[in-house]
Amino acid sequence: MSRISHYFKSLLLIELFKGMALTMRYMFSPKYTMRYPMEHIPKSNRFRGLHALRRYPNGEERCIACKLCEAVCPALAITIDSAPRESDGQRRTTRYDIDLFKCIFCGFCEESCPVDSIVETHIHEYHFEQRGENVVTKPQLLAIGDRFEQDIAAARAQDAAYR
Amino acid sequence: MGDQILNQLIWPVIYILAIVLPLVIAVAMFVYWERKVIGWMHVRMGPNKIGPLGLLQAFADVVKLLLKEVILPTEANKFLYYLAPMLALIPALAAWAVVPFNEQMVLANVNAGVLYLLAMTSLGVYGIILAGWASNSRYALLGAMRSAAQVISYELAMGLCLVCVLVLAGSLNLTDIVHAQTGHKGMFDWFMWPLLPVFIIYFISGVAETNRAPFDVAEGESEIVAGFHVEYSGSAFALFFLAEYANMILVSFLAAILFMGGWLSPFPASWGFIGQGSFLWLFIKAFIFAFMFLWFRASFPRYRYDQIMRLGWKVFIPITIVWVLVAGCMKYFGWVTVGTGG
Amino acid sequence: MIDPSVFQLICFYAFSAVTIGAALGVISLRNTVHAVLALVLTFFSTACIWLLAEAEFLAIALIVVYVGAVMVLFLFVVMMLDIKQEHIREGFIKYLPVGIIVALIMLGEMLAMIGVRAMHAQVMGANPATVAGMSNTEWLGTALYTQFLLPFEIAALILTVGVVAAVVLTLRQRTGVRHQAASQQVLVNPRDRIRVVKMAAEVPAAPQPAPGKESTP
Repeated sequence: MSRISHYFKSLLLIELFKGMALTMRYMFSPKYTMRYPMEHIPKSNRFRGLHALRRYPNGEERCIACKLCEAVCPALAITIDSAPRESDGQRRTTRYDIDLFKCIFCGFCEESCPVDSIVETHIHEYHFEQRGENVVTKPQLLAIGDRFEQDIAAARAQDAAYR
Repeated sequence: MGDQILNQLIWPVIYILAIVLPLVIAVAMFVYWERKVIGWMHVRMGPNKIGPLGLLQAFADVVKLLLKEVILPTEANKFLYYLAPMLALIPALAAWAVVPFNEQMVLANVNAGVLYLLAMTSLGVYGIILAGWASNSRYALLGAMRSAAQVISYELAMGLCLVCVLVLAGSLNLTDIVHAQTGHKGMFDWFMWPLLPVFIIYFISGVAETNRAPFDVAEGESEIVAGFHVEYSGSAFALFFLAEYANMILVSFLAAILFMGGWLSPFPASWGFIGQGSFLWLFIKAFIFAFMFLWFRASFPRYRYDQIMRLGWKVFIPITIVWVLVAGCMKYFGWVTVGTGG
Repeated sequence: MIDPSVFQLICFYAFSAVTIGAALGVISLRNTVHAVLALVLTFFSTACIWLLAEAEFLAIALIVVYVGAVMVLFLFVVMMLDIKQEHIREGFIKYLPVGIIVALIMLGEMLAMIGVRAMHAQVMGANPATVAGMSNTEWLGTALYTQFLLPFEIAALILTVGVVAAVVLTLRQRTGVRHQAASQQVLVNPRDRIRVVKMAAEVPAAPQPAPGKESTP
């Protein structure tokens, strides 16, 4: 009996019509598409994007060339050279390069930094036009830090309670 | 002399252009509509960047395809490789010659119109087979073989469906078939009601005949890359594309003409303006069928090859054979009043 | 412009030339796929000639049946064959005299037969379809289903027997092959395959205090 009813069910294409009704319903449902360049998905304050080097409010750079970030970097993307600064003899970096092709944006450098110098910002839309531009240097990183200091500080302040 | 040349040469060419050019544009817009509809059904937007609402997307694709290089694979049979796209396209366009758009608008009002259509649709498979063989590629050959077997199988069911229509209409002429569906009851005079199973089988066979989802094993992106046209690029690929979509639109028009009264209005003629026949009705009906193609594609997964063969030979052909008998009885004993022309 | 009958004659000769050329191509082309396509062209132009003779049903039936179905299967088979081109022409010269003799005998026989028929032939009447005022297809159908009903049905029966015989001869039930039976697969009911169990959310039991640690302050 169930066989016969099944036979007629399949002959009358009932399940196919059910499927078509489903797709028709979805045709008129609101769409999930985010129109990317015009619309953005809200980003977490822990978002890890392009790197930056921060400064203290008095303009002094935070980095003390401890090289913890270089040591912890799993992709070996960070290269640091250090020397005493000529003016006052403090230990400072003379070279701070991050190879963005190697970087996996894990955020370990940020976590390891004792002075919150190297951070990862919310910037994720950038591109290179020449080979070699993928290695960002210390002046570039500092410039990014200067430009987005407010955003960086706000994101850090939001997350401070959980660190 | 000049008049004769005008009548015998110029006007036919203009008529042909008046069918082919809108057809090509219809294909372009149909591709856009397909991407939109499938997008909506997948809860996406579909193309919406190029032109207002993305309307120019199809034309951008055309320009892109035409500017690309046509690549000839090594060891491919050059002559057949270039011949195949044309063999696919020519029958697809030639079949439109007998399609009546309304009482007067038909290029060739031939008596054996339905047979001619059957002949033209059966010729289209050569393009696919030759493309598969001439490409010297395994995927293409597999796609061509699948397609050939599938098209031949479903042609039988399709032919038997047409026989049912012919039995009721008593004519092979498409205009006469539409005339046979006129009556006082509007849409209830159409052949789709007494021939409902055949009507559904005809349309499903049409989907299989054009190698569309869920019967697209000939293309089978996930199995054999793109099937018979995997080696084609640029304008040669565009010709295949054009042929496939022209065939889809043709099947939609034929379903509307054979089973849904062509240009006749779905309302009784006594309703005044809205009850009058017009080519717009035909376009609306054909659009519904064309939409069904896309709806199927968005809804159903691909049939397995042996399932397709089983469906064609063991389900469709028996049902249609039985219904040919039923249709004969309907006609002979006068069981139904549709198709009596009055 | 041109007189219609003259135009018809020109068409006839053009189609005939194509037919003969394509037929020659069938037997002379080296590539088997090309040969099959030449055969397709032969059928096609023959159909055109029949159209000129106002036998439109036969012409289109030829295209539907032979070009659209039979030749596709032919092409299908030829495509699958792995023919070495150089072996085909082996022994061509050796068998040439025999071939020519056979061909000449066949030609003579055919000419003789046509000649005998021509002597006995009556003058061809007018096209019966035009006389009856019907289309070619209609006339053919009427004739087949009234005058020639019995031969027609017997022919159908013989063809059916042929199909059944071909299927029986080629059907082999191989053992030890795993294949899917679609007819059984579609009979499956979802309830046979999957059982949806409704159950209350599991609440973890309250942790039992470990007996040993209770006493520690």
